[in-house]
Amino acid sequence: MRKYYEFVVEGLILLSAIASIIFVLLILIFLLKEGFMLFRTIGVFDFLFGNRWYPISEPPRFGILPLILGSLWVTLGATVIAVPLGIACAIFIGEIAPGWLREILKAGVELLAAIPSIVLGFIGLVTLVPLVKKLFGLPTGLTALSGSIMLAFMAMPTIVSIMEDALNAVPRGYREGSIAMGATQWQTIRRIVLPSASSGIVAAVMLGIGRVIGETMAVMMITGNAAVIPNSFFQPVRTMTATIAAEMGETVQGSEHYFALFAIGIVLFAITFAVNLLADLSLHRKQTIG
Amino acid sequence: MRFLNPKVEEKIVFLSLFLSTLVIVAPVILVIGIIVSRGLSVISWQFLTTMPRMGMRAGGIFPAIVGTVYLVGGTLLFALPVGIFSAIYLSEYSKRNWLTRLIELAIVNLAGVPSVVYGLFGLGLFVVFLRLGASILAGSLTLAVMVLPVIITASREALQSVPKSFREVSYSLGATRWQTIRHAVLPHALPGILTGTVLSISRAAGETAPILFTVAAFYLPRLPNSIFDQAMALPYHLYVLSTQVPNVRIELQYGTALVLVGLIVITNLFAAVIRSYFRVRKQW
Repeated sequence: MRKYYEFVVEGLILLSAIASIIFVLLILIFLLKEGFMLFRTIGVFDFLFGNRWYPISEPPRFGILPLILGSLWVTLGATVIAVPLGIACAIFIGEIAPGWLREILKAGVELLAAIPSIVLGFIGLVTLVPLVKKLFGLPTGLTALSGSIMLAFMAMPTIVSIMEDALNAVPRGYREGSIAMGATQWQTIRRIVLPSASSGIVAAVMLGIGRVIGETMAVMMITGNAAVIPNSFFQPVRTMTATIAAEMGETVQGSEHYFALFAIGIVLFAITFAVNLLADLSLHRKQTIG
Repeated sequence: MRFLNPKVEEKIVFLSLFLSTLVIVAPVILVIGIIVSRGLSVISWQFLTTMPRMGMRAGGIFPAIVGTVYLVGGTLLFALPVGIFSAIYLSEYSKRNWLTRLIELAIVNLAGVPSVVYGLFGLGLFVVFLRLGASILAGSLTLAVMVLPVIITASREALQSVPKSFREVSYSLGATRWQTIRHAVLPHALPGILTGTVLSISRAAGETAPILFTVAAFYLPRLPNSIFDQAMALPYHLYVLSTQVPNVRIELQYGTALVLVGLIVITNLFAAVIRSYFRVRKQW
């Protein structure tokens, strides 16, 4: 009887373990199943590189190049802001700050991670957007720049916490050896600690970028959502994520538009899959070298 | 290439690192400060417990709170057992082989899938294919898949931090593997598992994109009756108030944001208290 009970429990445990694999496959299958319906009528090339997204005009156009570029611009902007600041913050919290200050700062970063993106989007809408408008004398503050700043802020917890883990993993002896040779603390951090933690830093940056590409609600609220090919940071842009979130409610199930939004989902899934895979490989390389 | 005395250079660098940290942390405090100071004025018993009125321009947010509570409950119901069992496998059963590596890769990937893609997935699988319709059930299942990696990662870490000797003692007393896990390992991993649970509550309560097409209702005149009903939810309600309905008093929006953030912060504080309580009692 006991044998039988344990057999069942351990079966459930194994089943739960492979659930993650099953869910990844299910996500992929359902994106492909719906998304590929679009390609019966439109070529993959026209979809990816078409420069007009007019889903409800007659005839409709489903070129997502403006959306891809919109995502690319805000991601690029956010990365430029978030990476140096995030790395600096992680170094300060992990290596320099005294214990009490470290706890406070860490709590602050964790608090940021806990604030829902919709709340940050709302606050961005009522504070950042008017500020950007006024500061740069623009007709609207709903721009790629506002989105980039917001997203940089949202990527920070990811970058800081993963990089801090990487810094913590550098053996104490490395630092002590360097200090004993007469190096200052900063020289030690720069020449010893940072190079040793480099693969973790790469992973932190990659995962931060992954977070930025996938972010939806805040971006939708503050980038203005104009589906045109952007040529400046002071223009409204529309990202892939925002397009799905904004338009899915208005589509008819089984329509071309509906399938097109799933096809955008495939592109998003592929990008984040690649980014996460690279980050994971980077972390594991560290493990094998030790 | 040296223009500065290393000590002076260090001072300058540390100061700029500190300022960078402030640039990140100060806005967090500012954001919370703004939400609390502007939102507190509308918070009242009535705001929390009555239905919205006048096209959501007045009245309370009761149905949104109820909807979020239902969704979080449903999410945990599905995600906790699977997540904890999965963590048990990875910590107690798995060997270093291709299957384990594949599971780990899958978890990393689930954690990285954009929230709006979860929305598409939930729409495709639960709402349309399984014919659940836009419902609390479909929304909970979608959110459950999304928080799964959070629960697995935290629980696995908690299980692995239980000392090996605990298991050895249990085995030496003749306990089976499952008995050992059940009685000698799991109880000690509970605080860590709780942390994962709280993190996933925050995620499930705060996410908007996954519930957009799977459960969220713009406005419902009554509370949901069953798990097959649509529901309002706090994050979606905030989205509706701030972008979809014209001429909503800004205080109402701040109030909704405050309730959502407050809910999440209180849950997190609760977990922090329990964690520190267990840390004090921990004997090894």
